Amino acid sequence: MSVVSEGADLRGPLGSERVFAQPSSASVRDYIALLKPRVMSLVVFTALVGIVIAPGHVHPVIGFTALLCIAIGAGAAGALNMWYDADIDARMTRTAGRPIPAGRMEPGEALAFGLTLSIGSVIVLGLLVNLFAGALLAFTIFFYVVVYTMWLKRSTPQNIVIGGAAGAFPPMVGWASVTGSLTLEPIILFLIIFFWTPPHFWALALYRADDYARAGVPMLPVVSGPTETRRQILLYTLLLAPLAVAPWFLGFAGPVYGVVATVAGAIMLWLAVKVKVEREGFVAARQLFAFSILYLFLLFAVLLAEQGLNAVIGRLV
Amino acid sequence: MSEPSPDEGIVLTEEQKRRRRNRSIAIALSLAALVALFYVVTIVKLGPGVLNRPM
Repeated sequence: MSVVSEGADLRGPLGSERVFAQPSSASVRDYIALLKPRVMSLVVFTALVGIVIAPGHVHPVIGFTALLCIAIGAGAAGALNMWYDADIDARMTRTAGRPIPAGRMEPGEALAFGLTLSIGSVIVLGLLVNLFAGALLAFTIFFYVVVYTMWLKRSTPQNIVIGGAAGAFPPMVGWASVTGSLTLEPIILFLIIFFWTPPHFWALALYRADDYARAGVPMLPVVSGPTETRRQILLYTLLLAPLAVAPWFLGFAGPVYGVVATVAGAIMLWLAVKVKVEREGFVAARQLFAFSILYLFLLFAVLLAEQGLNAVIGRLV
Repeated sequence: MSEPSPDEGIVLTEEQKRRRRNRSIAIALSLAALVALFYVVTIVKLGPGVLNRPM
């Protein structure tokens, strides 16, 4: 990772004229930061739900292997994202401290790290769990790195709408790890995360619009202005709230989930309306952003808890 | 510390050496974990069949 021949010119996406002939000064912590641990924790959590609620039995070791591969694959995609987006990251306050823009790591190191983990996680998932899950993980990484990062992010304000699919795949990969196929249930989980992503990110983008504008990222508030963004947030939340109750209607979630999804969905809608009518400041946008994280966590946590409870009751009866 | 002559090539600082050592340890631990994972998964997948082989 650190050996670079003297005089080798490994210019990265930062377009630096510097010739990188220096040994690496990246720490283990920098490599962990490349994996985007906070994003990874959400991926692990939603993938776990996909594994747990899938019908059929999976050996705990195989389930753990699937979860590990999904986590590593997601982290690898994050590393490749940081490699490609180093120029954008350097211009944004929120991301300027990441290993590459901060100068602690060369772009080539992040690229090698991301590619190695991507290929490794896909192969291990495909061989040790099942080929379909491996292929789905490969597609997820491809979608996040190539479709979202390289193509959509810099070219359209719909970047996070379509790109959000990448973050919505993990429960499907988890489900496929157990069943080797896909049915309506994991697709519903996919759609919940898919429609959750725009209001979540646009709420953040509303009060970080300057950052995105400086970096040249065409986020919706930058391109269409805050008024249109507030309207779109409400529209997507109107789709999301009833969709989140669907697992209960379709019978793969219990009444507790139904109540939690309904109440939390109503709060999401109320906050989205507040964002829509807010004229000055971003208090409601901040509230919506914060609550949206809790909302998604609650939905999946209750799904998980209900399934665990059912398993316990099943053993007792 | 005196300035290294050009013949010496790249000379690592103490901090760079420390970080390289930590990276090496992390790689070693990861590889050991991978070996353990492959071993356990093999046992789980083959079960008692792991002992059933032509002699």
